[in-house]
Amino acid sequence: MIDDSRPIFQQIAERVEGDILDETLKEESQVPSTNEFAAFYRINPATAAKGINLLVDEGILYKRRGIGMFVAPGARESVLKKRREQFYEQYVRPLTIEARKLGIDGTQLAGLIQRSAVDTEGSMAP
Amino acid sequence: MTAGTANVIETRNLTRRYRDQLALDNVDLDIAGGRIYGLLGRNGAGKTTLMSILTAQGFESSGEVRVFGEHPFENDRVLRRLCFVRESQKYPDDFTAANAFASAGLLYPNWDAGFAASLAEEFSIPVKRRLKKLSRGQLSAVGVVLGLASRADITFFDEPYLGLDAVARQIFYDRLVEDFAEHPRTIMLSSHLIDEVALLLEHVIVIDSGRIVLNDDAENIRGSAVTITGTADVVEAFIAGYPVLHREALGSLVSATVEQRLDDAGRREAAELGLQLTPVSLQQLIVRKTLQADGAEKPSGTAATDSLEAFR
Repeated sequence: MIDDSRPIFQQIAERVEGDILDETLKEESQVPSTNEFAAFYRINPATAAKGINLLVDEGILYKRRGIGMFVAPGARESVLKKRREQFYEQYVRPLTIEARKLGIDGTQLAGLIQRSAVDTEGSMAP
Repeated sequence: MTAGTANVIETRNLTRRYRDQLALDNVDLDIAGGRIYGLLGRNGAGKTTLMSILTAQGFESSGEVRVFGEHPFENDRVLRRLCFVRESQKYPDDFTAANAFASAGLLYPNWDAGFAASLAEEFSIPVKRRLKKLSRGQLSAVGVVLGLASRADITFFDEPYLGLDAVARQIFYDRLVEDFAEHPRTIMLSSHLIDEVALLLEHVIVIDSGRIVLNDDAENIRGSAVTITGTADVVEAFIAGYPVLHREALGSLVSATVEQRLDDAGRREAAELGLQLTPVSLQQLIVRKTLQADGAEKPSGTAATDSLEAFR
């Protein structure tokens, strides 16, 4: 679940973002507490808190004093924006490099992407 | 010392000599309260010696020790706030687990008898049987219950799980995280099962041959090293200037572990050069750092395979 390549708090933040993206966590709904995250992922509570606070700083979550953490209005839109910006670096570039290694040129790659888009249509939530 | 911000433990030039052997060699530590610390290192590195001195069950040869700002020796103000769970804890001969828990209730101001009872049940400890007759694993479980339910301001667990199976160890880790979240305090856990405890630790202290070789927040350590694999000349060009912890060759392939945090640009460059990047686990990193520290002392690197074994 958690890998060694990056700080855990970052991975926790990304998981929460993922839940917001696929609307497991809806806007204005309450997010599990830091201690619940710590127990679920079996990580140090301070680390879980750091991940959650990162999202608070980015305005994706907000704190209601004495009640807990909630998903901010417009959170999904800002996560989408951030992820779209990362999409090229994270997915498209490595894909192109691997394709070149295999002798697949740009046109063929575009064709494959088109085919995959058709194949997977409707297989995931929007 | 002032409450809240001050360190709960401080040592300066702490040294312990057994005849001609240095068990602790000028150890300087500042332990801030309210965190889970991992005290990691090989067998015989000095972990138990350090924890014994901090709990006044052993003595320094020289240097300074302060626990809650005072020397712990025969100091009840300090000692009643400490709980030390040793790898092989000794109990009075006719003691049962129930007796041990009852004594703990008298000893530790924050003792939670209900928590102890539920833990004992979860670990299937026969509380009315004499401790002498318990299995090694059951005896370790008794120690774990004492350590958790004491809720002492500082709890030391020294390799608490001899004989505990994977399921029982997981119960220990889960209850530790849960209870720590509810009742924050200082925990110092020594372990050689580093990968198992890595995610629980907020701060990591690695000791080797009595010296501190690594002392940093777990999150800073995570991702601070990476293994780079590829064709020898490409790898060597890429890692030029990076501190190399380890290097292995297989034919024309080289796999080098460097102590270097790669940013996105670095990762992209590696990918475009056809290099493969593999994360280095905390355990691997500590093994490498320890071997490096050992290597600095001994001219020949013959201890390498032994050291790797000691961590398994």
